[in-house]
Amino acid sequence: MIVGERKPFSEILSMVEDYSKILVIGCGSCVTVCMAGGEEEVKILASQLRLAFRKNKRDVKVEEAMALRQCDDEYLNDPLLLDKVKAADIVISMACGVGVQHATSFFNRRIPDKPIRVVPGLNTTFMGANLDVGIWEERCVGCGDCVLEKTGGICPVTRCAKSLLNGPCGGSSNGKCEINKEIDCAWHLIIERLEALGELDRLKPIEPYKDWRPSHNGGPRKTVREDMRI
Amino acid sequence: MKEFEPKIIAFCCHYCALAAADTAGRTGLQFPPSLRVIRVLCTGKVEVPHLLKAIEAGADGVVVIGCKFGECYFKQGNYRARKKVERAKSLLEETGMEQSRLRYDSVAGPSGKDFAAVISTMTEEVKALGPNPLRS
Repeated sequence: MIVGERKPFSEILSMVEDYSKILVIGCGSCVTVCMAGGEEEVKILASQLRLAFRKNKRDVKVEEAMALRQCDDEYLNDPLLLDKVKAADIVISMACGVGVQHATSFFNRRIPDKPIRVVPGLNTTFMGANLDVGIWEERCVGCGDCVLEKTGGICPVTRCAKSLLNGPCGGSSNGKCEINKEIDCAWHLIIERLEALGELDRLKPIEPYKDWRPSHNGGPRKTVREDMRI
Repeated sequence: MKEFEPKIIAFCCHYCALAAADTAGRTGLQFPPSLRVIRVLCTGKVEVPHLLKAIEAGADGVVVIGCKFGECYFKQGNYRARKKVERAKSLLEETGMEQSRLRYDSVAGPSGKDFAAVISTMTEEVKALGPNPLRS
């Protein structure tokens, strides 16, 4: 899932303090699961804003709303949500960067007579897994050319600090990475896993240098499924 | 001028704080009358938005009272509650309000004395802070 963290309150406040009608929209997918931008976090941010404004004797209206997924027209196209957006001076999107951009594009397409300002409430941090309650760790950088079949299901592109493809570097020590003793050496894990699978031979062929073209180096990537298009 | 009598909201665990409040009442222990008790099945279910909302609604102080650590009926509810109160405190401070308007405390099941002491301490602390600025 996409993992995010809420921006510091002072930063959010500085984005919206010049406006008097603020709408906070949460996202009901990834960022709800990682407890950064779901319904509860919307309530918290809206409460904080109201407290801060009222303490400073500012008459600011802060509304709350949710969309099940802000990266999809289908879930933003809700008449009640659109009414709230129309009434607001500024919208704080508590989705990932994808949701913020999609909400900006959708609301401005759907409400052409009024430019809609959407600002981010979160920093989008990574694509990761939930390791335990309250702990997430990066697992995929979206390189566009998956190698997990060769590495026992452990990604060296993401989990090795150097993204090495032909075994560990000299900084691997007792299964940990030299950059931080809290971080597992990805190649240590890969070798352990392949050994357990009896597939160490997979490491014999030299992996050529990685083709980074499918990665994020040529502007935004795009997928078109012609079979889904009419 | 009438002395400031703080409005305190107490989220009370059904299994300990509520029984303690009951004992305090039955044994005639004195605690400030401006207290509002909200019964919860476990303090672990008191969420951060509830605490902020109470301050937003004009409470001068909010206290969550659960069981002694290690004695929670649901094992970890009071540990969760303490963490949530800690988080709510820092969120409240970010808005410019005093974080000591929020507090987590625990009482032994039947102890009316403990309950009265928690409420008195909270009341004194909040009195020192003055009224919730949102009400003025």
